[in-house]
Amino acid sequence: MSSSINTYARDIGIEFDVTDIRRHFPILNRTVRGNQLVYLDNAATTQKPNQVIEALTNYYTENNANVHRGIHALAEEATQAYEKARVKISEFIGSKKSSQIVFTRGATESINLIAYSWALNNLSPGDRIVLTEMEHHANLVPWLKVAKDTGAELKYIPVLPNGLLDLDSIHKIITPQTKLVSLVHVSNVLGTINQIEEITRIAHENGAVVLVDGAQAVPHMSVDVNALDVDFYAFSSHKMIGPTGIGVLYGKSHLLEEMEPFNFGGEMIREVRYDHASWADVPHKFEAGTPNIAGAVGLHAAVDFLQSIGMKNIHAYESELVRYAMERLEAIEWIKVLGPDRSIQRGGMTSFIIDGIHPHDIATFLDSLGIAVRAGHHCAQPLHRKLGIPSTTRASFYLYNTKTEIDALIDGLEQTRRFFLS
Amino acid sequence: MTNIMNEMYRDIIMEHYRDPRGRKHVTSPDITNEGHNPLCGDEVELAISLDGDRINELGIHCVGCAISTASGSILSELVEGKTIDEIKRIAEHVKAYLTGEIDELPDDDMGDLEVLQGVKQFPVRIKCALLAWTTLIESIEHWEHDKKK
Repeated sequence: MSSSINTYARDIGIEFDVTDIRRHFPILNRTVRGNQLVYLDNAATTQKPNQVIEALTNYYTENNANVHRGIHALAEEATQAYEKARVKISEFIGSKKSSQIVFTRGATESINLIAYSWALNNLSPGDRIVLTEMEHHANLVPWLKVAKDTGAELKYIPVLPNGLLDLDSIHKIITPQTKLVSLVHVSNVLGTINQIEEITRIAHENGAVVLVDGAQAVPHMSVDVNALDVDFYAFSSHKMIGPTGIGVLYGKSHLLEEMEPFNFGGEMIREVRYDHASWADVPHKFEAGTPNIAGAVGLHAAVDFLQSIGMKNIHAYESELVRYAMERLEAIEWIKVLGPDRSIQRGGMTSFIIDGIHPHDIATFLDSLGIAVRAGHHCAQPLHRKLGIPSTTRASFYLYNTKTEIDALIDGLEQTRRFFLS
Repeated sequence: MTNIMNEMYRDIIMEHYRDPRGRKHVTSPDITNEGHNPLCGDEVELAISLDGDRINELGIHCVGCAISTASGSILSELVEGKTIDEIKRIAEHVKAYLTGEIDELPDDDMGDLEVLQGVKQFPVRIKCALLAWTTLIESIEHWEHDKKK
């Protein structure tokens, strides 16, 4: 397998030793139902390298204590490790200050934090919230709640048949009434990479605040929140080889400072009396209770690992993988691939349908071969309804996947079709 | 691979999937209900006309995978002519059987249900096999609740 991999790594002009990368991910060695695991469900969650697993173990073996309150040595070490992770994440996404990084449970909680702490206090009837038709439920359901509670209206930027947003309609949709534009950076179904910079500029011209769901972007490409000029940016650790249960909300200082806390309790206070309390500075006022310290340490290790390979290299390698997957899938007449075609750059995933075979049956058959894909609506029911498709099968890739695994997928799909339709 | 797939997608299941029974229109139904599997978007629509406490006619339309469609098709063959109580009992058995609470279905009149057992090896798919049944039970419970009012 390694020779073909290295060949095309050279083809894209980078040093990318996927064989070596795979060595760091112990789970990739396991078998499933008697077959070598082929893990192609990375848009759902990613596998973890030894470096991340060891960081978690080391933290609990050597440094475990609560943060920001103990006087003893371990408390100091734990606090340092936790805050170092914040600085690391801040630098990784181009935030100018680490106080603009709030640790949450994940992208979903980051978006909910904005919904509860910012939107409920800043929106009123007549205001407009703009989303896109390709949002994950995580960036849709909170806004249904906010719209209901505040009387603000929801508008959606349409998705064109080619899987891109209808940018021509944006000037009609983002108006001076628009207070918030919240959109996905990379679609988890279509793979579309949205033009965040341009949309943010138009939103700001209209006085709106911009929130970006970057769950499928940060793991796969260089993201610079400062260059994008977005106001809020949300992502999850587990989709970028880090632990589950921790995520990030980036927010511009002046906005975070004006916002009310999200949760209330220990860690987030300055002073408490029986009849009132005042809040700690940002970001701590948003981190009530004992945070996921080990998770932050693990995420730090994940970022170190990704940086040691280089986000530009990862993006180039994945782009080549997805190009190859698209080429192979599009060559098969009974497969229809959703989203932008090969001429347009897309994120590392392909969702597709096979006439006459339900995605659940495809996924179960592939599972019997040890191939893990996702079947369903991928938490984007309204998008599937719009496309007139109840559900799709999705193969999503990451830095440890190979062309050989894509060949296994194609072979598995051919077997699936023979099994169900002949 | 093929063995465990053959066990799950038995010929009878594939035959029900390709030619589902019960896809009929029930005029003036007494009970109607829709069921969804939020995980995958599978949908089932039920319409039932009653004769006393006995099911006179049942129409079922499934949009979903082979397992949920076949299960709905088998359901439609089983329930017509049975009383509400009998159907509740069958549904409980189906659920207990597929979730592994009982190892065998009772002998009486379980039609093709036994062929669904292959899903036990794929626990996430048990929901597919149960969708039509849970929708049926839910609709009966709603109907009974409304009747008491």
